[in-house]
Amino acid sequence: MSEAFQFIGCVELRQALDHRARDERELLDRLEEVPAGSVFYHTHGYFLRHRPITTAYGNDFAAWAAVQVRDQVLAERLAVINPFEMGGLEPLREELLSVIHDHLLHLSSVPRVELGEVFHFQQSHIVEVPLGPAASTLAEFRAGLAEVDSSAIYFHMVEARTRLGRRSGDFAEWIRSELSLPDLADRIERIDTYMTSLERVRARVLALIDAALEEAGG
Amino acid sequence: MISIDDYRRVASPGAVDMLLRLAERVRGRRLLHVSGGRFGGGSAEILHTLVPLTTELGVETAWEITGGDPGFYATAAALRAALDGGAERVLTDEALDHYVEMNRVNAKKLTLDADLVLVHDVQPATLVQHKAVQGRWVWRCHFDCSSAQRRAWTFLRPFVNQYDAAVFSLPKFSRRLGIPKYVIAPSIDPLSEKNRDLTAREVTTILRGLGVAQDRPILLQVAPFTAAEDPLGVVNAYRLVRKHYAVRLVLAGTGDSDRESRETLAELREAARHDPDIMVLELPPDAHVQINALQRAATIVIQKSVHEAFGLGAAEAMWKGKPVVGGFAGGLTQQIVYDVTGYTVHSVEGAAFRLRHLLNNPELIARMGAAGREHVRRSFLITRHLTDYMAMLIHLTR
Repeated sequence: MSEAFQFIGCVELRQALDHRARDERELLDRLEEVPAGSVFYHTHGYFLRHRPITTAYGNDFAAWAAVQVRDQVLAERLAVINPFEMGGLEPLREELLSVIHDHLLHLSSVPRVELGEVFHFQQSHIVEVPLGPAASTLAEFRAGLAEVDSSAIYFHMVEARTRLGRRSGDFAEWIRSELSLPDLADRIERIDTYMTSLERVRARVLALIDAALEEAGG
Repeated sequence: MISIDDYRRVASPGAVDMLLRLAERVRGRRLLHVSGGRFGGGSAEILHTLVPLTTELGVETAWEITGGDPGFYATAAALRAALDGGAERVLTDEALDHYVEMNRVNAKKLTLDADLVLVHDVQPATLVQHKAVQGRWVWRCHFDCSSAQRRAWTFLRPFVNQYDAAVFSLPKFSRRLGIPKYVIAPSIDPLSEKNRDLTAREVTTILRGLGVAQDRPILLQVAPFTAAEDPLGVVNAYRLVRKHYAVRLVLAGTGDSDRESRETLAELREAARHDPDIMVLELPPDAHVQINALQRAATIVIQKSVHEAFGLGAAEAMWKGKPVVGGFAGGLTQQIVYDVTGYTVHSVEGAAFRLRHLLNNPELIARMGAAGREHVRRSFLITRHLTDYMAMLIHLTR
């Protein structure tokens, strides 16, 4: 008898830190000091908060450089850093620092906020919320996934991988270990969660499951 | 009586279910709000809805208010103004001692026993000295205290540091403290008189009652008649727009008895005397449905503040599907998504330019209005506010 899958949604309780940056040098200095949770909040957490109505920048640092400092070059360089490929929060922090440092080396003056807003570092506490009935079969899992709040996609695909150390993500892990469907699990694990929306990730997982169900039925 | 289920038809899909699941984790816990009064101000307005809803969700919720003599109220008001970075106020040691003493008396009269005590703003802030050993206390600051006058902040900070945490509406509104600072944006109630749906006939009837003609596009600002809201700047922006478009300008707000407000209002009336297309409406504080109708009748809503707290007028207008041209101040930058739900501007010329841009592109007005409504649905409705409070209750009282 396999263990049922329980969807978990989440709510972010945001916490302001005492670190702020008025220019890119301060961004560099403060980024070195803040807790790893703040690096997570401004990079991975971006995907929980970002809505497709606004321009996508990939993380809060790139968005600040583009919108508030109006430094498109730094914004572009920060935006392409994929937090999911960095192998942890400290390597990610190092990569961000390297990019900002290298950018500043090539400038004669430090770009700063003139008319925009200063950067306020934050972190968040995730409150977990079990949602919907547990799923025991792939069909039940598919039905639950189609309905569940989008924060559950974030929790199982992003939070689980990065902060909770479940590298494959909860969906792929359960499908592999409890349903013994390793090919489907591999395909779900390979979904690129960077620079997309949670709804798009949901649609991709559903499409993969539909194909697997059709294959099994046919 | 409005129920949590009534919000299913207006909130984001799944928002109410998420709230019900969160509530299961805190059922039976006791939440106490303490504020300086039950009327006046956005925080009291929203508590009238939040308190019954959290009770319905199974959290035992109470709401206490502090009281005192005229000296107590005057000092609390002066302290609040000084913390908000307003004009220099005289805060004598005697007055501050009296304010603290009155809250000692309040602490004896009030029932302050709960798992989580949320103390709102300045008037009840020093009650924290009398907190019980059990229960967590949180100071909920609804204004921007980042530019607080030093003497006022030096006085209040030791009290604030006695709390278990503080809550600010935006990170930029906070100051350095020795306790955790959470960030929870305020919200609007979509089912209240100020925001509920109105029929076209209701809107027309109310506008007729107010004497506002609907024969031309209406540019509207709803705000107090103070320099911080820059109504004279709005008139100047309108004058630049009027050269190209036949529009009406409506400035609606509640008048105040202070000198600045009276002078601003007199200047606005003078401007209106020379231009029949400018209308200045001084409304009573409870004119919620009238404001609702004005916002629904408007073509574009202006919120051209130069100093602002969170400024939920923008969210109210966006909820009614209106693009907003707002000042680069307070929470307006958070609410208005530039070029998506409206524009934030830095000058009279900037406001005029964006108003003309929108009037010249009616399809943009409709598109931004729709985007604004969805933005508010997700980020500034009371259901999101309740969700944040539930998350804080879970986090702090586990």
